[in-house]
Amino acid sequence: MNISIIVFIVLLIAAVILFAKNVRTIIRNIKLGKDIDRNDRKSERFSLMAKVALGQSKMVVRPVAGLLHIVVYVGFIIINIEVLEIILDGVLGTHRLFAPLGYLYISLISVFEILALLVLVACVVFLIRRNVLRIKRFFSAEMTAWPRTDANLILITEILLMSAFLLMNAADAVLQNIGSEHYTQVGVFPVSSYLMSPLTGLSEKKLIFIERGLWWSHIVGIFAFLNYLPYSKHFHILLAFPNVFYSKLTPKGQFTNMEAVKKEVEMMFDPAADPYAAPAEPQGEPERFGAKDVTDLTWKQLMDAYTCTECGRCTDVCPANKTGKALSPRKILMDTRDRLVEVGKGISKNGKEFNDGKSLLRDYISEEEILACTTCNACTEACPVNNDPLSVIVDLRRFLIMEESKAPAEWTGMLTNIENNGAPWQFAQADRLKWKDEI
Amino acid sequence: MAEMMASGQQPHVLFWVGCAGSFDDRAKKITRAFVKILNKAGINFAVLGTEESCTGDPAKRAGNEFLFQMQALGNIQVLNAYEIKKIVTTCPHCFNTLKNEYPELGGNYEVKHHSQYLQELINDGKLTVEGGVFKGKKITFHDPCYLGRANDVYEAPRVLIEKLDAELLEMKRCKSNGLCCGAGGAQMFKEAEKGDKEINIERTEEAIAAQPEIIATGCPFCMTMMTDGVKIKEKEAELKVFDLAELIAKANDL
Repeated sequence: MNISIIVFIVLLIAAVILFAKNVRTIIRNIKLGKDIDRNDRKSERFSLMAKVALGQSKMVVRPVAGLLHIVVYVGFIIINIEVLEIILDGVLGTHRLFAPLGYLYISLISVFEILALLVLVACVVFLIRRNVLRIKRFFSAEMTAWPRTDANLILITEILLMSAFLLMNAADAVLQNIGSEHYTQVGVFPVSSYLMSPLTGLSEKKLIFIERGLWWSHIVGIFAFLNYLPYSKHFHILLAFPNVFYSKLTPKGQFTNMEAVKKEVEMMFDPAADPYAAPAEPQGEPERFGAKDVTDLTWKQLMDAYTCTECGRCTDVCPANKTGKALSPRKILMDTRDRLVEVGKGISKNGKEFNDGKSLLRDYISEEEILACTTCNACTEACPVNNDPLSVIVDLRRFLIMEESKAPAEWTGMLTNIENNGAPWQFAQADRLKWKDEI
Repeated sequence: MAEMMASGQQPHVLFWVGCAGSFDDRAKKITRAFVKILNKAGINFAVLGTEESCTGDPAKRAGNEFLFQMQALGNIQVLNAYEIKKIVTTCPHCFNTLKNEYPELGGNYEVKHHSQYLQELINDGKLTVEGGVFKGKKITFHDPCYLGRANDVYEAPRVLIEKLDAELLEMKRCKSNGLCCGAGGAQMFKEAEKGDKEINIERTEEAIAAQPEIIATGCPFCMTMMTDGVKIKEKEAELKVFDLAELIAKANDL
């Protein structure tokens, strides 16, 4: 067996195993969340996934970014067919395994090349938007050095991968022209043909070196990129689909009903309930009201956090953020993810009982942030992958108010008023009909 | 409602007035305007009066689920005792809570926002609206979050404005992209967190940029925020804020 085949197979297996291991960790972390049923209304969920994830319907709300994103997205999916050939060539030691497909092959590679060029251009425009035009939503407070570098790394990697693919085809075509052995005659392709002139005239040895070098850097680049995904916001390319599938389907204004509270309140309303009865045997640890840390959130909220690709459309439409408040819905999900990664690492190291004394509330997200929310749902409406940062904010508020009885003084007054006289203001219940007589 | 029940009558619809509609001076005008329309259309309706209590919306948004459910269960007991089937309300917050959050606690009703209900009355021929004083006026509609995004009601309010023969102007951010007035999520009941601007000023400036003569709203809290915004911007003379019910009532000389 050829040495390069062995090297290739080892790299392939290592890349797949490492990737699977990291994905398993992410799945385990998501499962740290509380249970919630999102398996109802399956057909509705499938069509939503087809529309929003596959069809990118919410991306095009912003046409420039949306259309460029579709180019990269379609390019990515279709060019992956070429990756299949590259992997098979690597494993079998063949060259252009699919070439016998004839015209179909030539037209496929031609389409790949055009897409590769479009992806390349789109990525360059994206880099310009981020680094030259410095579009505001990529520079808000939570967009610290790492998130900005992450975005640039992804774009640069994609540009390099596409360039390697195109240059490789160019070198291949020159080799075909000089009749080099092993280089199947498949003709020239629409984009790479323009890259041939600087390569013509080089010796066959040099050309083979260049062609092989590009082939290897392309596929090794793909393996490396695959394993970069789990550490990057770019993981959205995988999670976007299940994340949209498990979207909240109830009206946006409907907040979750807390079953634990319901039981207690119903008891209070039940005339048959015996206030002096011995309390029922506590079953396990009492459930915490609301969320203090990531493990108090549901698995869907944790999946949201991993799916977020930090585009900032949520923050860009948030009325609180727009008027200079500390709240940024994107930061809420980024913090949730970062805290979850931290908790996950702790659990991997020290087992399930890991406790570092930190929590999502306060160590990551401040009271000021969650108190600034108007629950207007602009963020959930804007999110292209149907994330729900609002639900995290509300769960944090619930912890603040119900577990810690910590509310701004004005809210305490409002809540007391509702409790005492059935209205958020201090008016007598008896005056409820006064409007009738005031003309 | 109690009187109706005592005489063995059942109303066609229960008008849920809401706390703002009952106690806030500006919102009481909306309540009266809506009642005038109901009377003119000959609708057999009732109100709970002193038996109505806060739906619990601000408690729930603030995070106090316990108080919310106390309020909800109390209200559901009253509504179910009166065998209420259909509710209309002039407050999107009450509307959202009654429609979406009461069913899981045992309260199942057909709930309409007054914009939807008025549209129904017009469609059924029970109410006719002619432009009257608003003919040709430039009106912009501020979408309340709990009516629009929260419940996908965007058209009914706009249909009503068109019925007035008025010119409907849209703000830059409207419908599903509409900007909040700043009152939701129990913000109405506290000072805003530290920032560089009030949300209602941002929204009022956007409304002014659309150059309307009237800002129409469908929410008592939006009403407060927009009215305050117009006052602070010193535009009271040329820019009025009205609820949809007030527009319809005025157009019909009620």
